[in-house]
Amino acid sequence: MTVTTITDAQLAPKDYSSDQEVRWCPGCGDYAILKAVQKACAELGLVRERTVFVSGIGCAARFPYYMSTYGFHTVHGRAPAIATGIKLANPELDVWVMTGDGDGLSIGGNHMLHVLRRNVDLQIILFNNEIYGLTKGQYSPTSRRGTRSPSTPLGSIEYPVSACGFALGAGARFVARSVDTLQAHLVATLKRGHAHRGASFVEILQNCVVFNDAVFDHITGKEVAADAQILVEHGKPLLFGKNKEKALRLKPGKLELEIVPTGSDALIHDETNRPLAQLLAALEPPFPAAMGVLYCNPAASYEQEVYAQAGGSKGTGDLDALLNSERTWEVTS
Amino acid sequence: MITSATAPGSGRETRDSVVIRFAGDSGDGMQVTGSQFTLETALAGSDFSTFPDFPAEIRAPAGTTFGVSAFQIHFGGTDVMTPGDAVDVLVAMNPAALTVDVRDLKVGGTVIVDTSAFNERNLGKAGYAKNPLEDDSLARYQVLKFDITKLTADAVKPHGLTSREAHLCRNMWALGLLLWMYGHERAATIEWLKRKFAKKPVIAAANIAALNAGHAFGETAEMPEHLVGYVVPKAVARPGRYRTVSGTEGLAWGLVAGLRAAGIEKMVFAGYPITPASALLHTLANLRAYGVVTFQAEDEIAASGAALGASYTGALGVTSSSGPGIALKTEMLGLAIATELPLVVIDSQRAGPSTGMPTKAEQSDLFQAVHGRNADSPLAVLAAATTSDCFDVAIEAVRLATKYMTPVIVLSDGYLAHAAEPWRIPREADLPRFPVSYRTDPEGFHPFLRNPETLARPWVKPGTPQLEHRIGGLERDYDSGHISYDPDNHARMTKARADKIAGIARDIPLQDVALGDDHGALAVVGWGSTFGPIHQAVKIARDEGRDVSHVHVRYLSPFPRNLGELLKRFDRVLVPEMNNGQLVKLLRAEYLIPAESLPKVTGKPFRVTEIAQAIRNL
Repeated sequence: MTVTTITDAQLAPKDYSSDQEVRWCPGCGDYAILKAVQKACAELGLVRERTVFVSGIGCAARFPYYMSTYGFHTVHGRAPAIATGIKLANPELDVWVMTGDGDGLSIGGNHMLHVLRRNVDLQIILFNNEIYGLTKGQYSPTSRRGTRSPSTPLGSIEYPVSACGFALGAGARFVARSVDTLQAHLVATLKRGHAHRGASFVEILQNCVVFNDAVFDHITGKEVAADAQILVEHGKPLLFGKNKEKALRLKPGKLELEIVPTGSDALIHDETNRPLAQLLAALEPPFPAAMGVLYCNPAASYEQEVYAQAGGSKGTGDLDALLNSERTWEVTS
Repeated sequence: MITSATAPGSGRETRDSVVIRFAGDSGDGMQVTGSQFTLETALAGSDFSTFPDFPAEIRAPAGTTFGVSAFQIHFGGTDVMTPGDAVDVLVAMNPAALTVDVRDLKVGGTVIVDTSAFNERNLGKAGYAKNPLEDDSLARYQVLKFDITKLTADAVKPHGLTSREAHLCRNMWALGLLLWMYGHERAATIEWLKRKFAKKPVIAAANIAALNAGHAFGETAEMPEHLVGYVVPKAVARPGRYRTVSGTEGLAWGLVAGLRAAGIEKMVFAGYPITPASALLHTLANLRAYGVVTFQAEDEIAASGAALGASYTGALGVTSSSGPGIALKTEMLGLAIATELPLVVIDSQRAGPSTGMPTKAEQSDLFQAVHGRNADSPLAVLAAATTSDCFDVAIEAVRLATKYMTPVIVLSDGYLAHAAEPWRIPREADLPRFPVSYRTDPEGFHPFLRNPETLARPWVKPGTPQLEHRIGGLERDYDSGHISYDPDNHARMTKARADKIAGIARDIPLQDVALGDDHGALAVVGWGSTFGPIHQAVKIARDEGRDVSHVHVRYLSPFPRNLGELLKRFDRVLVPEMNNGQLVKLLRAEYLIPAESLPKVTGKPFRVTEIAQAIRNL
């Protein structure tokens, strides 16, 4: 993120909307994400001309067209690479990478790995709908085993990748998860990501109404949410359930979590603890899915260190001196 | 050696030009030996052209033929435009070097060998059943047998080196002898050794002792009858300050000069390690003081992406690779064409397909550069002729990329990357200026509003108020820049992109004739690093009384606007290329002329004689 000092006269969320008609399917979770991002922008008072949304290809990648900021819709999977070049050339810009599970973890998996480990100062928002939407419904790298799709008519036999687990493994220093329908939580999570200097990775569970409808219902459904999600907060005990009656703790003598009644020794969330974040990222039923900032442990960002090494050079070195370096000789007529 | 005579009074014979090849094991320091000989040659005032030929393996097993590393230098008073066809003097530090390199030695040429290295073990590794120094297999050459190992060991003895360390000084002994043979100085080499081994003064002193011993051997020892000294005349060159320049240095400094000329604050150069292009990344990594930010990306795709991202911000994005890496950058070139952003792409071509022969030069990426993308995706393509031309071509690439908002591919090759020639150093004040302007005026703005003359769209730096806009790979409306799937609009945009690149032809020099008349019986047409051998071959043919001209094409997309008309004034057109016939097909397709191909795909540059003979055979 970039420290924003000049603000437009208090912009409203709608001021971050472009004049383009939004073309996602009716009911798509992307609408909720667009709304949350615009709300976060307004609450953060982002300066439109200094903000750039970069995307690859896919439904999520249409995002920049709907923002009134600068935007670059690039090629499939490559947004992290292009965003890295943008930050290297102009570290003052506030750059967001909007990506999906296919774009960011399949065709662009390599770029995602390296942008995270380098810690380039970007907000990387990964819309995870566990499916390829724009190409009409093939299984994706986050699709669960057994997913039936046009390319897996008998069900997928592949094991899915965990987006947050991947990010943590890549060395990301900010990893968070939220849900398209958890509007307030999502806005707060995006703002936390923006406040983090370095690569901020936010996975958003997003519903694809056409090709993978209700795939997260077991986590996000109103009836089950309280038991199927745990909202983690730094320094607070890891509690969940309708009345926070359930707690997570370390199984004695093992590096493994277990569910116990609240009141016993619940684990306190420490967002600077990478092994704990890995445990939380990997939680699967019957455990609740972890939501919120799983990991946040800042360090100098990549482009910051690049320029620190350059020692504030203005780039005005003497060209004649360069061309005349090493041995030269004079030819006289 | 073109002519020979005895220089009166000196006891030395005169040679117009000489070709020397230093060959040995990869660990024998042949590249260093060659580079230092080159420096002393330059300081002596000769013109020169060098060609390093080293193995792909970093440390191939000692004594093997595939571990042979060689460095060739051609120097003299006039017309040194190639590293030389055939070798006059071969320095072979071991049997493997002899067996690999003796095939290029002229009949009657001199071979200098280290007798100690011709032991049973090394002979076996080189595939010799018998010692070639002891039979008549080298009878066609003048063989100078010295025990360089022992002579070096004796020379460095006072410095108390281990036998391994002493062995590593052999190359300096050989260098000393060769410097004596051609009457060159040693001062610059001594200075260099002191600098290189500043922290190891004993090693520096030993190497200097070996260098001096080799030199003294020539000066004072009882000479075998064939070891004589020579005089090579100075070259006639334009007055000015000179230095040696490799193609890599030429490109790096040309990019920096281009950045200055365009008035752009910053260059982001993004690359990924690949032979033979990596040297450019290394060179630019040291130029932060000149506004260069280098980025070693995770792959070729990311390198091109980061460069394009930089261009999007208003900086100069540059990416570089060799053929296989350029293939990976293809999709980003498409995006650069679609979004009409400047991007300079340097392709140091090597022999292929696929991994091919990474250390061997070829010109086989011309089709890839001109046509190698999905859809109708025109861009500009230039090629450098010589190492010093690399500097000028890089500047021109920056000019065209920024003026026309387009990717520009610069074709270099593995030969140019490593070769070196004397270069008359330009002064910054004399360099061209072509300042870019960024759009800041919101009035009537849309991102694809074209300059009526160049058809280029405006360059806007993100950060500019009221010009917020979105661009991308989707087709966009000619009149608004918004996404458009309209069929007529796509046809209009496709034509606009083609017209923009075609229009560059109005902004580049007319095609000239490098040598000879602008009409006649035969035009020999070349591009890229074959300039030298073609030029020399045409000169020979003209000296033989043939009606031949040399046309060198620097602009390969678009072609100069008079190229077709010029070529049609010749009865025949011959196109020598280090590929299986690519420019020849472009010329035939573009101008419907029956151009004929002279391909060479051995991974080695053309010899002058090969082209001269092809001209005679027509």
